[in-house]
Amino acid sequence: MAVELDVFVGNTTLIDEDVYQLWLDGYSAGDAVAIRIKRGILEQTGASPDVLESDTMDHYRTFQMLERLLHSPPKLINQLLFQTPPSMQSMLIEKYYTFDEPFVREVLGKKLSKGTKKDLDDVSAKTGITLKSCRRQFDNFKRVFKVVEEMKGPLVENIQQNFLLSDQLAGDYAAVVFFANNRFETGKRKLQYLTFEDFALCAEQLIQNWTLGAVDSNVDDMDVDLDREFLQDLKDLKVLITDKDLLDQHKSLVCTALRGKVSIFNEMETNFKNLSRALINIAAKLIHTKDVRDLFIDLVEKYIEPCKSDHWTSSDVGAFLTQYTNAARALDAFKHQALWERYMCTVKSCILKMYHD
Amino acid sequence: MGEDADRGGVSSVGVAACIQRPGSYSFLFCGPWRLVQPCRQSTGPRATMPGKLKARIVAGRHLPVMDRASDLTDAFVEVKFGNTTFKTDVYHKSLNPQWNSEWFKFEVDDEDLQDEPLQITVLDHDTYSANDAIGKVYIDIDPLLSNEAAASLSGWFPIYDTIHGIRGEINVMVKVDLFNDLNRFRQSSCGVKFFCTTSIPKCYKAVTIHGFVEELVVNEDPEYQWIDRIRTPRASNEARQRLISLMSGELQRKIGLKVLEMGGNAVVGYLQCFDLEGESGLVVRAIGTACTLDKLSNAATSFLPPCSSPSKDLKEVPFSEDPNPVTHSSGPSTPLKNQTYSFSPSKSYSRQSSSSDTDLSLTPKTGMGSGSGGKDGGPLKALYRQQTQSAFEHREFPFFTLTTFPPGFLVHVGGVVSARSVKLLDRIHNPDEPETRDAWWAEIRQEIKSHGKALGCHAVVGYSESTSICEEVCILSASGTAAVLNPKMLQDCSMEGCSEHRLSRQPSFFSTGLDDASSLGCSFCHIPYDELNMPFPAHLTYCYVCRKQKVPDVLFTTIEPPLEAAITGKGCLIQARLCRQKKKTQGEANATAISNLLPFMEYELHTQLMNKLKLRGMNALFGLRIQIAVGENMLMGLASATGLYVTALPAPGGIQVAGKTPSDSSYDQHIANIQKKINDLIVKNREIYEINPPEILDELLGSPIPETRQRSRLFRSHSESSDDVPELDLSHGKKDAFVLEIDDTDAVEDIQSLLTDASTPSGFYSCNTEVMPGINNWTSDLQMFTSVRVFRLNNVTSLTSQGLNKTFSDVCENLLKTLYFKLRSMVPCCLCHVNFNVALPEDELIQVAVTAVALTFDKDQTPYIKVGTDKTLSRASAENEEQLQFTLELCMESQATQSTALFSPAKAADISESGHLQAVSPAIQTDRCSSWIEFIKQKAQTIRRGSIKTIASLDKASPLAEAHARHRSPISCATSTVTVVEMTPLSFIPGAKIIKYLGIINMFFIRETTSLREEGGVSGFLHAFIAEVFAMVRAHVAALGGNAVVSYIMKQCVFMENPNKNQAQCLINVSGDAVNFVKESDVEYASTQAQGSGLQAGNGSGDIVA
Repeated sequence: MAVELDVFVGNTTLIDEDVYQLWLDGYSAGDAVAIRIKRGILEQTGASPDVLESDTMDHYRTFQMLERLLHSPPKLINQLLFQTPPSMQSMLIEKYYTFDEPFVREVLGKKLSKGTKKDLDDVSAKTGITLKSCRRQFDNFKRVFKVVEEMKGPLVENIQQNFLLSDQLAGDYAAVVFFANNRFETGKRKLQYLTFEDFALCAEQLIQNWTLGAVDSNVDDMDVDLDREFLQDLKDLKVLITDKDLLDQHKSLVCTALRGKVSIFNEMETNFKNLSRALINIAAKLIHTKDVRDLFIDLVEKYIEPCKSDHWTSSDVGAFLTQYTNAARALDAFKHQALWERYMCTVKSCILKMYHD
Repeated sequence: MGEDADRGGVSSVGVAACIQRPGSYSFLFCGPWRLVQPCRQSTGPRATMPGKLKARIVAGRHLPVMDRASDLTDAFVEVKFGNTTFKTDVYHKSLNPQWNSEWFKFEVDDEDLQDEPLQITVLDHDTYSANDAIGKVYIDIDPLLSNEAAASLSGWFPIYDTIHGIRGEINVMVKVDLFNDLNRFRQSSCGVKFFCTTSIPKCYKAVTIHGFVEELVVNEDPEYQWIDRIRTPRASNEARQRLISLMSGELQRKIGLKVLEMGGNAVVGYLQCFDLEGESGLVVRAIGTACTLDKLSNAATSFLPPCSSPSKDLKEVPFSEDPNPVTHSSGPSTPLKNQTYSFSPSKSYSRQSSSSDTDLSLTPKTGMGSGSGGKDGGPLKALYRQQTQSAFEHREFPFFTLTTFPPGFLVHVGGVVSARSVKLLDRIHNPDEPETRDAWWAEIRQEIKSHGKALGCHAVVGYSESTSICEEVCILSASGTAAVLNPKMLQDCSMEGCSEHRLSRQPSFFSTGLDDASSLGCSFCHIPYDELNMPFPAHLTYCYVCRKQKVPDVLFTTIEPPLEAAITGKGCLIQARLCRQKKKTQGEANATAISNLLPFMEYELHTQLMNKLKLRGMNALFGLRIQIAVGENMLMGLASATGLYVTALPAPGGIQVAGKTPSDSSYDQHIANIQKKINDLIVKNREIYEINPPEILDELLGSPIPETRQRSRLFRSHSESSDDVPELDLSHGKKDAFVLEIDDTDAVEDIQSLLTDASTPSGFYSCNTEVMPGINNWTSDLQMFTSVRVFRLNNVTSLTSQGLNKTFSDVCENLLKTLYFKLRSMVPCCLCHVNFNVALPEDELIQVAVTAVALTFDKDQTPYIKVGTDKTLSRASAENEEQLQFTLELCMESQATQSTALFSPAKAADISESGHLQAVSPAIQTDRCSSWIEFIKQKAQTIRRGSIKTIASLDKASPLAEAHARHRSPISCATSTVTVVEMTPLSFIPGAKIIKYLGIINMFFIRETTSLREEGGVSGFLHAFIAEVFAMVRAHVAALGGNAVVSYIMKQCVFMENPNKNQAQCLINVSGDAVNFVKESDVEYASTQAQGSGLQAGNGSGDIVA
């Protein structure tokens, strides 16, 4: 006797969150059954393996049918085919769009192109995430990217409206879209220690401060591109390192403020000029797209690593950057205060996030 | 009936022709409720055009991409009714077109309105080639024709294509403007209301229950017409869908006319079926019960059903004048089935009746007996009959498709009557051939009627008809429950729909007003036939409740347990399953072979049912449905029923195993082992189902019941009949065991299978009736589902019939197990109205389809009550008499105190409040999230990356909270345009009150695919199709302004596949009643008091019967 056909359809669509997770994780129905058995569901429920298999298949079919709708969450909310309570709908959407940390670290900042998609088997092999799941996550990135790429208005809100995601997840997607659009380098070995969360915060800062939308929210420009004019202007900050007087003044102001307040005062004093040069050179170079991409690697190599080798703590870093930023205000000869604030506040936040003790 | 397979010409040309000339039916109406006979033959004056049908196409959404180049669609819509078609403009390049069309107006006559569906076709405009159809929507206009139901219809409908399934949605508005004034219009058959519900619908009261109506129409099946060879599958499917829609409309209109003729205004228990006879044609037939219903004027009063003042209401009912003495004298009875076949089985009976009909009656003891065709009872019975006859004599068939009755309507139940007939379908189109489908059914109904008579009953209730067709052989089946009804109620019964009580069964409370045995909930068990002239051998005892009347030892019925019935413990689904092989033959030989097998199958099914019933320690079956499916080389029988312990009937004896007479010791040991297992199982089952019937001392039964123990008020009317009692020998009527003889290996396996039937997992109950007696505290969470399985048997011929049986039994058991597993999060819950359908679609395929609803209930309430009233209610120790007393006290006091709580008002209030609180708190939470986004945000706040899993498990830990959230969804999900529509096979919605019936839903869909693999194989294909059918039903209900379908039923699910060609086709027919309900918690507080009293009384009685 063989089962030819076996379906169960409820008026309210039955969804088992555990099975949904297995499906999202890219397991085949057979694997999912095996995993469920391993988790002891048979003992808990007294069911037999064929019952479990039938149940798993039903869920998998439902998910496959739902997937088309999940690609456009507003459609899921208004469709008639599956009657699901709103809480379940939000769970379905949220989990479908949730991505894995190891995966996003592999893909973050890469162009969401066919080429990247082809490399997903490597990503899969490296991360241990199934290829199927990698594809779903990649396609999600790409889908969200495509929809909001050309859209006006705040990025996070756009994502939220079109994909009905939670604040948190929409923010994460904003980071993914922003990184993909600006192609920030995140994969270098030196950046490996950084988590997605670190980058997500940096992205948030950059979006809030460095994009066109940041200065003028009603311009019909978008959150995804950096403000070119601002980047152009950044070279004006060079005066802080090219003008000897300014540099010395700046140094003495910072040193005065920090004396006795940080443990690494001496190292700071010796290295001040190097550090200042590093930060300002990064700013000055940002006009080149290539250097924008290298923003994070530059911050690590030019600033974070030297500090690390001198055993700065993150509070030291915080104290220094705060004083370094503030001190420039007292320099009468320095005329680019607004520019300076816009640059330094963001860089400070990024560095602080990226500086792990 | 003939001794051989009857032949019949199929599509009676006359009827078929009618469809093509719809104008040939004309009728005039004058005066309220009077009808001029429809002139069938002549083309008399036409009724004037009654109105204008108006339709407006608003918008579309989620349309499929029809132009690959642009990834967009240029959609427009054709709106067709009858022969008139309108078109909208083309809305270019959009998947979400906004047509905002004008109102398209169709001038139509009422006949068309009833017969024709509004047909909406969405197309993609193509400048160069033919326009491509995207899909269609058929809208049944009928619900708009009744002045009480929906006035207009508007909403999003899925656009359906028979090849691609649902392809987007379309927003449509439909109105009917009536030219004639409402009064005149109401008199046309258009105004007749149809209900699938097999009880008097809530918010109506039955003025008169007129009786049986039936009709059938025949046509050629478009699938088998020559033109089908040259048209596309899509065109063929659409032709078929449209034809069936037309035929159902026509059928409904014709039945409506019959109802008007009888003076009624509604059909209740309307059951319409299709017979796909293949080459020989397509039959659409329907049966129902004609009634005159009155809408309860005040919605608020209907909400407080008679329970607020039960005594009053019920005393007015003429029931108390019922000729009780007469029925009493005719006393004894046995349950028993009475079956007939058009082909007599060759086996001889213990007693052969001389009548031409051979009745096969089965007794629990010997398994076989025989009823005599039309033997009337004693003189007293005749007297009674005289009285009741007048009510029935004008009826050709005193049948009722109802399964639940207003209190007092059902006097006695005789037992199940059924008849089957095997017919050969023939393509001979001979207009002179008198044998038509009508005649076939008439024959069977006659048969049923005579069986009812043999059981001393003048009516058959819970009546239904079905067919099973394989190639040219067709088995026609009819079954019902022979019953004695209160004749007065048929003429004028002012009773209200009472199903709302079902939630709080309160047998004794309910019927306090009656000075009659029925107040004890036992009257319906009393035998209606003459004990001295019983239609079959049976064991009679005195009723265990009233001790006055005779009752059978087992009772089988096709109806719901009567509301007033006293029931001990809980019930369960009991199934008997059977496979029988047969040779592959043709024509008459085949029909003969089948008809020879049928009696044995019925017998075996009956034996199985009886065994399983006893094994569970129960004594009555309700909702019995026996399905026989015919295949090429197999016959399958599936009997499903809900087993219960009816307090009035004697406790079932055990099952005794008897071995072969010459036996050795090891064999004896084996037998002893089996016996022990059986005994253990019975004990265990009694525990599971909480069957603790009060022990009655033996002498009590044999001797007259001491006066002191009687409540004189109660038993007053009985004193006259006490003379009739003595003759009956009760000594062996009681505890005798049912003997199973193990004389061959088959029997051993039978017993094995009996023992291996898996019990329902804890937390679950199941029944095929509407609700499970003994469970009162339903919560509002419900989940209707359909599950379909198809199995392939390998080498059927190599299997023994035992092997086949086991396979089939495993199939059903496994299916049930899967259901329990899937619904485990709803525990404690009860699967209600579990409806199995078996079919043998192909040579080695078995198809089993189940539709049921899972209802959750609150387990915690019961113990609470127990604590509160432990002394009075500790049932285990309570003697029977004590219980009776208690019952009475409960009744009287609650009468006196009306709606105040009985035991301790504070406690009762506590209960309702705590129940309330539980329901409310999660609701408040969801209420706060006024919009979808907010809701998500709120949820998201709790979900941090990585912590999702814990949240998920938390959710699972509180299924209740989620369930409630689900029900508040329309509020919390403000941005969704989708109305939540509940679907249930039950006639009610727990925790809610139906405020309006919006019309009958009767839909037929065909789905076909030529890319089966791509759609996920047969399972993927059918899964999607069933989901689509649900979606379309929900959309229609929502468009009518409803939020639920009750009495939902999937009548047909015909699935055919051809995996080699990568093709499959499926036909599904569903129906139900669209309704609008409000949650009881939303109903004004004004009703809380009464509700509280209802709840309280319900709990009390629940404990009595539990």
